[in-house]
Amino acid sequence: MMSVFKSMPVSGKLGSALVAFWLFIALFGPWLAPHTASEIVAYDVFEPIGGEYVLGTDYIGRDVFSRILDGTRFTIFIPLLAAALACSVGTLIALYSAVSHPRTDEIIARFMDALISIPSKIFSLVMIAAFGSSVPILLTITAISYMPGSFRIARALAVNVASMDFVTVARTRGESRLYLAVKEILPNILHPMLADFGLRFVFVVLLLSSLSFLGLGVQPPEADLGSLVRENISGLAEGAPAVIVPAIAIATITIAVNLVIDSVRGGATYAAKGK
Amino acid sequence: MKVIFQLILKRIGLSLITLLIVSTVVFFIANLLPGDAAQEMLGQSATPEAVAALRDAYGLNDPPLTRYAKWLGGLVTGDAGTSLANSRPVSELISSRLSQSLLLAGLTAVIAVPFAMVLGIVAAMHSGRRIDKIMNIATLSMVAVPEFLLATIFVLVFAVELNWLPSLSYIPSDAGLYDYFRAFALPVATLCIVLSAQMARMTRAAVLEQLSQPYVEMALLKGSPLSRAVLRHALPNAVGPIVNAVALSLSYLLGGVVIVEVIFNYPGVASLMVDAVTNRDMPLLQACAMLFCTGYLILVLIADLAAILANPKLRTGG
Amino acid sequence: MTAHIIVDNLQVQAGSPEQPVTIVHNVSFSLQRGEVLALIGESGSGKTTIALTMLGYARPGCWISGGAVMVGNDNMADKTDAQLATLRGRKVAYVAQSAAAAFNPSRRIMDQVVESALMHGVMSRKAAEEKAVKLFAQLSLPSPDTIGKRYPHEVSGGQLQRLMAAMALICDPELVIFDEPTTALDVTTQVDVLKAFKAAVKATNTTAVYVSHDLAVVAQMADRILVLQQGRVMENNPTTKILSDAEHPYTRQLLSAVQHSDIVQNKADSDVVLEIANIEAGYGRIKPDGRPEIPILSDVSMKVRRGQTVGIIGESGSGKSTFARVIAGLLPATNGYMQLNKRELLSAIADRDKKECQHIQMVFQNADTALNPAHKVGDILGRPLTLFHGLTGAARKQRVAELLELVKLPVELADRKCGALSGGQKQRINLARALAAEPSVILCDEVTSALDTVVAAAILELLEELQARLNIAIVFISHDISTVKHLCDEVVVLYKGSKVEHGSGKSFASAPYHPYTDLLVSSVPTLDPEWLDSRNRDQEARNIPITNSDSLCRFRDRCTVKLNGLCDSEAPPSRKLSSGKSVLCHRDEAMLSYS
Repeated sequence: MMSVFKSMPVSGKLGSALVAFWLFIALFGPWLAPHTASEIVAYDVFEPIGGEYVLGTDYIGRDVFSRILDGTRFTIFIPLLAAALACSVGTLIALYSAVSHPRTDEIIARFMDALISIPSKIFSLVMIAAFGSSVPILLTITAISYMPGSFRIARALAVNVASMDFVTVARTRGESRLYLAVKEILPNILHPMLADFGLRFVFVVLLLSSLSFLGLGVQPPEADLGSLVRENISGLAEGAPAVIVPAIAIATITIAVNLVIDSVRGGATYAAKGK
Repeated sequence: MKVIFQLILKRIGLSLITLLIVSTVVFFIANLLPGDAAQEMLGQSATPEAVAALRDAYGLNDPPLTRYAKWLGGLVTGDAGTSLANSRPVSELISSRLSQSLLLAGLTAVIAVPFAMVLGIVAAMHSGRRIDKIMNIATLSMVAVPEFLLATIFVLVFAVELNWLPSLSYIPSDAGLYDYFRAFALPVATLCIVLSAQMARMTRAAVLEQLSQPYVEMALLKGSPLSRAVLRHALPNAVGPIVNAVALSLSYLLGGVVIVEVIFNYPGVASLMVDAVTNRDMPLLQACAMLFCTGYLILVLIADLAAILANPKLRTGG
Repeated sequence: MTAHIIVDNLQVQAGSPEQPVTIVHNVSFSLQRGEVLALIGESGSGKTTIALTMLGYARPGCWISGGAVMVGNDNMADKTDAQLATLRGRKVAYVAQSAAAAFNPSRRIMDQVVESALMHGVMSRKAAEEKAVKLFAQLSLPSPDTIGKRYPHEVSGGQLQRLMAAMALICDPELVIFDEPTTALDVTTQVDVLKAFKAAVKATNTTAVYVSHDLAVVAQMADRILVLQQGRVMENNPTTKILSDAEHPYTRQLLSAVQHSDIVQNKADSDVVLEIANIEAGYGRIKPDGRPEIPILSDVSMKVRRGQTVGIIGESGSGKSTFARVIAGLLPATNGYMQLNKRELLSAIADRDKKECQHIQMVFQNADTALNPAHKVGDILGRPLTLFHGLTGAARKQRVAELLELVKLPVELADRKCGALSGGQKQRINLARALAAEPSVILCDEVTSALDTVVAAAILELLEELQARLNIAIVFISHDISTVKHLCDEVVVLYKGSKVEHGSGKSFASAPYHPYTDLLVSSVPTLDPEWLDSRNRDQEARNIPITNSDSLCRFRDRCTVKLNGLCDSEAPPSRKLSSGKSVLCHRDEAMLSYS
């Protein structure tokens, strides 16, 4: 791991440092906060930066700094789990598809294509209208949204590897499909899929924050960074940090992850947003 | 020529089938839970008889497949049902807003596409050098930024601090061109930035892929300067992948426009849809969802057709 | 008289500017006007790099770090991009290795051929097009007036290569660089292309540099030969001197690798391990009459005996790879049957049991894709041991070490991943993996085609040794008839999916042959410089698609000794000749001996 870090360009090192920082906050935030997230500490709402409260106060007088420390864990862990789910399920199905009969592969791919045809925000909106916005539901929705995208990439990689001679050699040995998928193909797609995992994470963070911003994501009393932006939107006219800082925080997380992925991939590659 | 024709027809057919599957998924998610639409409309205090009567009137007692078929049939003929929130026909609600959303999307596309393509081509031509590396970091960051951050920063800077532009998109009934510009500037700028970044990256990749082909090296070895090699050799072959990239990127608009319409209070279909979610107004929601999905499928279809038409082997029927 | 081309202390480096790696070390040579110089060497010798410097070009990742490259009065190593752009294509021209990749797929051929003339303002479009048509005729291209209107994919490989030569000659350059232009072509197509190049260069007294790894081809084309190894000059002498009395040991090594002895020892008749009878196979759906939509193989039969090698010769489109896949069980045959060790061998791999899978092993051409880059060598060799023989732990490790020794590789290799190994080493591991299963038959599919000549010769030697030691049967598939003649006890010649000739290795040493085999044998360049000039022009093969009902001779559109009327209407019989081989032809032995 250290050798990977050392060989990164400056942008990658910066990104890695930020990622580590936010992970730390997500894990230990609530304990580090000077006040509890729900405590109303001041009479003055939308206080500016500096002064007694590092990042000011929010629309009903709570400490923004503490709110952010508390809310980061939703913005990090829900997407982390969702991305992990999306990637692993997508990869597993892709592996199965790649070693199956071409007919089966075709059917699975078509089905996934149909799922991809529903833009993620639209899909989420429909699901939320039907099932509500509890944390488990949000987790499920975001995982399902991005699983077909992961599948598509994993399948393209797997099919490519499956056409290589060494897989043909294994086939002529009479190896089972499970062996082919796990032992021959999987080790060769692991690295690109890790990069894909990073990308999925970014997509989910953006999706979740956007949903929370619309009031359809994490519900009160819990609040992720997107919710913080939403509830303090009225402070925009005053330029209150309560609105800006959470939004910037989200951006630093997503940009940092993107920088890391880009450095590991070795230079500029195209990162598709949206699906 | 016949081969291409068949391929195109096949591709269109495939899109229609996908659209059908999508409609099934949308309908069944929306109507899965027993959360009763009729009960919602009449509220908690309604009598059971009133609720039952309303259910009958709306055909909510029919088996799901029948309801699906009726809904689908209605969609195709232009009748998307009635909104639960305000009892107006859904199609009326949508059509009044559709042109607004299209206007916003259209303006964004017209500005973003040429800008992004130029950026992408320049980056590809100077690949590996400093300007390319800078553009890489910049586009990477822009792609990762949430739309509401950009929107809030813009509002903060241009509306609050500098007071140049309004923070809400309000178009008075007697609006002149200048008023239009002021109303659209911030929403379009927000969408443009992320869209251009996305498109520039994909354009760069498409052009780079052509530049690494042997025939480009051959052109250089025949004495062609790099600019000519790019313009006359690489770009014509990159048109297919570039159109593909543009179409796929435009599909991002379908998601991004949701945030922008809400922040700037812009009267488009996306904000209508968000309201539908809040009100659990299923008929409206389903219709809006289908609209966006159809838009997406059209863009993907264009992307695929561009790839088919760009292949010289298929064009000459060879 | 000053030399036309002078290369003086040329140095080329690669990698990063902080840590450069020198790939061309102080190379110097000179050329008179009108001379043809060959740059010969194996992969990594730097021959293409040096050739490209004469255009002032270095591939991305490399740069010219020292020395001068004088073409007339211009030092190509010391010019700006703009200056180079005016010289390239006009003064110095380039003919690439793969014409299919060097032509822009979406523009017409004529546009690309005249492009450099128009860019450099040498002549008007009309004049350029007229000149192009003249060049097409000179290069023996079919329909010279209309071929320019086509797109690159509508024209065959051999024709494209000649069109590229026209593209290079359009501005009457002083120097033309030919970069392995016939390496990707079938040997029967190569002859015409070589003749065309040689004639064109001689006619205009153009200086030429010919890059190749094939000494026999180079012997036909060049006046001088420069032998390169690892970026250094080993020898620089006239062709005649090198062929008769080469000075440097490396040159002699290259020469001996090309000259095969035709001695095949007489092996005692052993029992049949693999019997293949009347195989028919193809791709696509199976039609109602049981035949495949795209038919490839038709009525192919042969017997493989223990401890002996059967060679299968064919060019591209012959069906030899399809045949290998049918034997391995990857492609089910639609007709015919196979027997392994006297038991019926089912067509599809899914239906075969473990023992059958064990006894047929395949070794592929491209060692890079035949070994899983994520696995260690020890695991690659160990898997068949565990799967077929149940070996684990220390016993497995021991056997892996034995296998490595068998293929003459160091035992320490077992703990390494195969990414960093050379092509020759990878191919040995490929072989070792096949041997690990202890099979009855090994299928070698073009195993030496991707290797350098010296390395390939070593692999062939290894194969012979292993066969003698382990008494395994080998099916050796190749397009190179000289290798097959040398190595194999029996030879089968495939053309467009049908077996046109079959006999012992000895019987292939001399005529009479089937007309196709005759063409093949006569198309392989020898080290005799006069060979090319003595070849007669072949007819271009028209691409007649094979239909299912086609039991007529598939060589009839190219055959120079075709019997009009008979060959078009009746299927050819299989005749047995006095030397013991069988040929599929209407002509009898006496008639074949005349051609």
